[in-house]
Amino acid sequence: MNPESFGPYILTWVTFAPLAGALCLTVLPRRDRDIRIISLIFSLLTFGLSLHLPVYFRHETSAFHYEISRQWISSPNIHYHMGVDGISLWLVVLTTFLTPLCVLISWKSVHDRVKEFFILLLILESALIGVFTSLDLFLFYFFWEATLIPMALLIGVFGHERRIYAAVKFFMYTMIASVFMLAAILWLYAHTGTFDFVEIRNQIAHVPGFPAAAQWLFLGFFLAFAVKVPLFPFHTWLPDAHVEAPTAGSVLLAGVLLKMGTYGMLRFNLGLFPDQSRQNAPWIMILALIGIVYGALVAMVQPNMKKLIAYSSVSHLGFVVLGIFSFTQLGLNGAVFVMLAHGVSTGALFMLAGILHERRHTYEITEFGGLASPMPVYAASYLFIVLASVGLPLLNGFIGEFLVLSGAFQARAIYGIIGATGVIWSACYLLWMYQRVFYGKVTRPVNNSLTDLLAFEKAAVWPCAVAALVMGVAPILWLNAIDPAVQAVLTPFVQMASKVVGQ
Amino acid sequence: MTTILLAQAIPQGVDYVRILPELVLSLFGIVIMLLDPFVDEEKSQKTLGLIGFAGTIAGLASTWYMAQSPGPAFSKMVRVDSFSVFFHFLVIAIAAVVILTSFEYMAVQRIRAGEYYALILFGVVGMGLMSSAVELVLIFIALEISSISTYILAGFRRQEAASSESSLKYFLLGSFATAFFLYGVAMLFGATGSTNIDVISRTLQAGPAEVLVYVAIALMFVGLGFKVAAAPFHIWTPDVYEGAPAPVVGFMSTAPKAAAFAVLLRVVFAINAPGRFWLVWVAAALSMTLGNISALVQTNVKRLLAYSSIAHAGYLLVAFAMTTPEDSSLGISAAMFYAAAYAAMNVGAFAVVSHFANAGERYVTLEDYEGLGRTSPLLAATLTIFLLSLIGIPITGGFFAKFYVFSAALKANLIWLTLIGVVNSAIGAYYYLRIIVMMYMREARREVPVTPVPFGLGLALALSLVATLYLGIAPNRVLQYAQQSARGLLPQPAATAPASAAQVEPAANIPRH
Repeated sequence: MNPESFGPYILTWVTFAPLAGALCLTVLPRRDRDIRIISLIFSLLTFGLSLHLPVYFRHETSAFHYEISRQWISSPNIHYHMGVDGISLWLVVLTTFLTPLCVLISWKSVHDRVKEFFILLLILESALIGVFTSLDLFLFYFFWEATLIPMALLIGVFGHERRIYAAVKFFMYTMIASVFMLAAILWLYAHTGTFDFVEIRNQIAHVPGFPAAAQWLFLGFFLAFAVKVPLFPFHTWLPDAHVEAPTAGSVLLAGVLLKMGTYGMLRFNLGLFPDQSRQNAPWIMILALIGIVYGALVAMVQPNMKKLIAYSSVSHLGFVVLGIFSFTQLGLNGAVFVMLAHGVSTGALFMLAGILHERRHTYEITEFGGLASPMPVYAASYLFIVLASVGLPLLNGFIGEFLVLSGAFQARAIYGIIGATGVIWSACYLLWMYQRVFYGKVTRPVNNSLTDLLAFEKAAVWPCAVAALVMGVAPILWLNAIDPAVQAVLTPFVQMASKVVGQ
Repeated sequence: MTTILLAQAIPQGVDYVRILPELVLSLFGIVIMLLDPFVDEEKSQKTLGLIGFAGTIAGLASTWYMAQSPGPAFSKMVRVDSFSVFFHFLVIAIAAVVILTSFEYMAVQRIRAGEYYALILFGVVGMGLMSSAVELVLIFIALEISSISTYILAGFRRQEAASSESSLKYFLLGSFATAFFLYGVAMLFGATGSTNIDVISRTLQAGPAEVLVYVAIALMFVGLGFKVAAAPFHIWTPDVYEGAPAPVVGFMSTAPKAAAFAVLLRVVFAINAPGRFWLVWVAAALSMTLGNISALVQTNVKRLLAYSSIAHAGYLLVAFAMTTPEDSSLGISAAMFYAAAYAAMNVGAFAVVSHFANAGERYVTLEDYEGLGRTSPLLAATLTIFLLSLIGIPITGGFFAKFYVFSAALKANLIWLTLIGVVNSAIGAYYYLRIIVMMYMREARREVPVTPVPFGLGLALALSLVATLYLGIAPNRVLQYAQQSARGLLPQPAATAPASAAQVEPAANIPRH
């Protein structure tokens, strides 16, 4: 079906299809099997709908596509304004791609309060897509907060032993950081009279009082995003949340939720405050570098597999921030690509860790060893994903990290050099973990009888592996759309640079 | 000249229309009092309650009728404008919902007293009058009518010592605070020679204010600050709320507060009270901070919501810190919207609490809520929405309420106050979240009976839920109405004042949509 037949509503359909599924589930009787099937259908439907976006995307323009803008509330002046560019487009597709896999991976592992689980999962998907498609700051903030509740409930209700602590910590960290963004958004509204991202971007420089407030506004937005990413000193909620979350929660948390932070930096910090981004870039890049190295080093000594993957996220997201604040075409392209690649491969790693937890109810690495012989298919899939995550050429991790590091080199060589060590570290901790878990003799007799991947688990993990391969071989399919969007983001920075040269 | 004055002094038919809701509500209250001895004691509860509910419905209808003829009445002691109509609707609607929640509560607690419903109606009469009176002495009388009803209502759990304590504390401290208000009125009269708000406003506009005026404003602020439970006049709140019957707490944390805020709005903005800025600033910052921080450590849900109501009074007070006319207009409408949104979510939350408390209000601690998400999913989901609204999560009324207040404050460049406010709303999230955590993430450790929700309570919950979500999804109409009221409330620039106000208002009353 051609998107024309949806009129301007294609983004609305994609955003709210999961919510419709969730509403559908609320009225369904509590027959677990039906509920699983219905949620799978709705998440696949959403994925199918979202594929319209890249297929009919016109690469030649950098403007927002599939835009829709209707007045929602006249006072304050809030619009239902949605649209995607090459950056948010792929993040939407990443979300819709991961959700059906989350449904599959939770097929057997969730057996209590199944209905609530899938309702929350679908609501979360809607909210996540909304974050990436909104072009109205109010709408954005609404979806941003809306992700918080289903995610906190997923962790707190369906998680492991210390789930309540983790859920509350997650909620409070993000909530406290978000109110600063809210204050900044309110300031922008009070002084421009609009929430529309495009309008604010166009008139912000002429707003009286803006130069004095700009640094604070920048920090207001940045703090909310930095906690979400999470950037180095704000990362402490992440390992707790990941370790306690159910598998599907971890997949969406690492795969998509963290990208809300980096996406926000890219869209709002760079888009609205180019001067302040430039001024603050040095310390932000240093924090990103600390995150890369520190995350990797801490990951290396983790005895808990899930915690290890969680800290590897801190390290990988450091790359994204490094790329964003390099203000180079390469660096930004790379940052967006790392977001997608990390979503696919870390999502898959969490699924694999969850599969093991299903069988042994533990994440401790020392509990395993020699798993390659009882679970050959599992071991092979795991290796593939680990290699993708490490950054083996021809798999997805490599492209993004390479681009980011090239960008960082252009910005300042030492950043590139320190960042590059992160690639080595990631090889160390992931391969070492892989070796301890899979190679050698089976150390514990109980592991001898572990079943290999089941059909539905294969259906959840293998699409990620395929995506990792395709992204690694033909990154141009993605970069085609990303590149013009990144160029548009960078326009004020290029002008700034030429002004400096002109003087 | 004398004949004209005399003609003004004699009440006309339209004068009575302009206090019609008060008349209707008093009538229903008196009918309940008269019927009480005659009806059967077992059934009296339900019958009298239904009469009370019918009274509120009639009150709403008569408010609508009253709204058709705006203007002053009774020698300019009362003024019907969209501002007073707004607060009439609000307090009567709160009373209606509270009466609905009381049916079950009274039966479960075995309280047989028809005068309960009469007292609610009489209280509403006072509150309605508070919002339409423009004469300080009448405001004082209305304040007393409303307060005395609530003092008695607080003591309705007669078997419980806590309830009597609550009633007595409220009465003693409340009378003390009202005296402050009265003292302020007297001083303002001394300084300006009038107790009519319009005359006072004109006198104050004419020249620089004396010291006496500042003292008067401060004293009146103390009295009203007590009524709205703003810090540092908030100490009574937790004890009184803990002891009073749960539906009554739902009532007195919203309706008398809304009415007191209406008076405060008139006093602060219509008089354009001088020297109010720091009073309001300090009270707002203190209320938000003390309310939220104290709520963090509460284990009794009623006490927790009491501290939360102090915090919310603080958020609302932020809207009073505006000084220029444009900012003030934003502040007034934000405060009105906040009062409405807070009423919807808080009455709803207390309806759940009063249903859940069971006989003797046994189940009111946080631990009792453990596992409610499993034993009673619908009730838990409803309470969750009210709590999310109290946190201020989007698409609930609570979000827009905070939103309007803080954006008005930012417009007025009150950056520090706004920051204190937003940080506080993040802190506040924690204790509301604790209740949600209890309901959904913990398993019940002891048996807490959950009785099915009866029709009256169900209706009350549905109404508050609809109101909370309506204000969160389509806040436009209510806000526009509040904005029109705000324009009418502010002192007009001297020359064009009376004529233009009279012409603009009736037309503007009808929200165009």
